[in-house]
Amino acid sequence: MNVAFVSSRVRVEVATAVALARAGFRRYATYRQATLAAAATNSVFGFLRCFVLLAVAAADPATPTAGYTAEQLALYTWVSQALIGVVALWGWTDLSDRIRTGDVVSDLLRPIHPVLSYLYVDFGRAAYAALTRFVVPIAVGALAFSLYVPRQPATYPLFVLSVLLAVVVTFAARYLVNAVGFWLLDTRGVLMAWTVGTTLLTGLAFPVQFIPGWLPTVIWVATPFPSMMQAPLDVIVERGSSLSLVAEVAGQTAWAAVLLGLCWLVQRRATAKLVVQGG
Amino acid sequence: MAYRASFAIDLAVNAFVPLLDVATVIVLFQVTPDIGGFGADEVLVMFGLSALCFALADVAVGQIEKIRIFVRTGLMDAVLARPLSALGQLLCADLPLRKVSRVAVAFVILVVAVARAPIELTPARLALLIVAPVAGAVLFGAIFVATATVAFWWIDSGEFANALTYGGRDFTSFPVTVYGRVFRYLFAYGLGFAFVSYYPTLALLGRSDPLGAPAVLAWSSPVVAVPAALVASVIWRFGVRRYRSTGS
Repeated sequence: MNVAFVSSRVRVEVATAVALARAGFRRYATYRQATLAAAATNSVFGFLRCFVLLAVAAADPATPTAGYTAEQLALYTWVSQALIGVVALWGWTDLSDRIRTGDVVSDLLRPIHPVLSYLYVDFGRAAYAALTRFVVPIAVGALAFSLYVPRQPATYPLFVLSVLLAVVVTFAARYLVNAVGFWLLDTRGVLMAWTVGTTLLTGLAFPVQFIPGWLPTVIWVATPFPSMMQAPLDVIVERGSSLSLVAEVAGQTAWAAVLLGLCWLVQRRATAKLVVQGG
Repeated sequence: MAYRASFAIDLAVNAFVPLLDVATVIVLFQVTPDIGGFGADEVLVMFGLSALCFALADVAVGQIEKIRIFVRTGLMDAVLARPLSALGQLLCADLPLRKVSRVAVAFVILVVAVARAPIELTPARLALLIVAPVAGAVLFGAIFVATATVAFWWIDSGEFANALTYGGRDFTSFPVTVYGRVFRYLFAYGLGFAFVSYYPTLALLGRSDPLGAPAVLAWSSPVVAVPAALVASVIWRFGVRRYRSTGS
């Protein structure tokens, strides 16, 4: 395999990725009203959550709560609301819709792996959300509250990396939840498990560290949920030592690899199943 | 048979919803003894009341969320063509019986919270425990209907109604003392959410309002529920008439 072949393959792959991402971006850019409404909703919930967490911190203003100061908790809540749209915790049913209508078969006929094609489109979607749903809550929060301002210059690029990884982790998890539709007609149990996990364990309702004992460590290591939101949030509020933050991002990378691998495996079995059924 | 098993799954899945929310409250109290001047047992009463009111309203009027789909797909025109009440049709189109498990779980949470909290049950307080959930449900129901009407004008912005309905439920789970002044005026007094759980809980606990409201307000959630329902029905009728006249 010579260099020219490899470089041309890479160029084709990149061009495909960019094309799909642009398609995803454009598709979601048409939902202007819905995006505005969602950003407004995120802002209202930002107020609700911020006030409550500030009240939690106010009981003992001198000591940080589970490693977070009041300003850090304020920034935490607003960035968490800002990230919901970027990682798309809920509401993604592209794959399960196409499974139900049977259109998924045409996805399998394309020369690009279905997991990759959905992933590239999702990058486009996340990019649009980053420009819209991410910016609005943070602007609102900054105007209404005194938010923690990250001090270290390394925080910002680490945050961008962490958000990128969070998008991948969440995408892969969403893909798996959707892919259950290849085998089960009734996905309610799976969807409820998803709701429980994304509500309680991603750091959205409360930082996972609020849970006492060794449970937070188990949640971090054994579930992908904190890697979806809590990791970039901890990075941007600069919670704890740089080492712990790098460890969280490393955990995200590990989960991204594991989940994407699972997606690839699940897709292979699903394709085999469809082919056997004459799909 | 299949339907019964499927319904059982629906009930079980829905039972989780109030459990998720109470888990959040419990976790918050792991890192602090006090939220807004109220302890865990007191806030849990507020939460239980809020969850029960919301679950009751959701079963009774929650289907009105579907209006977004009805308007977008044009089904709304069929609804309006019939000589029956549009609101009635929307609500009865699909009775959300599965959500009854949310009511049951919320009720259990409230009962446990009231048992644990320092409440001296007098006949008046017992009556309040029966009336407040109904009044609070009417208030939530009024918000559901009024915000659903937005779908008549801005279909895609119907998402924002969630900020007031589900946001209202989050708001009423905690004491009003935690919220900043402007936000409080809007939600607690402007939309009346303080009457759902905060004031009734103050009455149950026999505490005076740290924000200085007169004691009689703590008992007046039914008095506020009635005008709220009236306002919501006016908004709804106005919305339907406007939708009809624009000849969609």
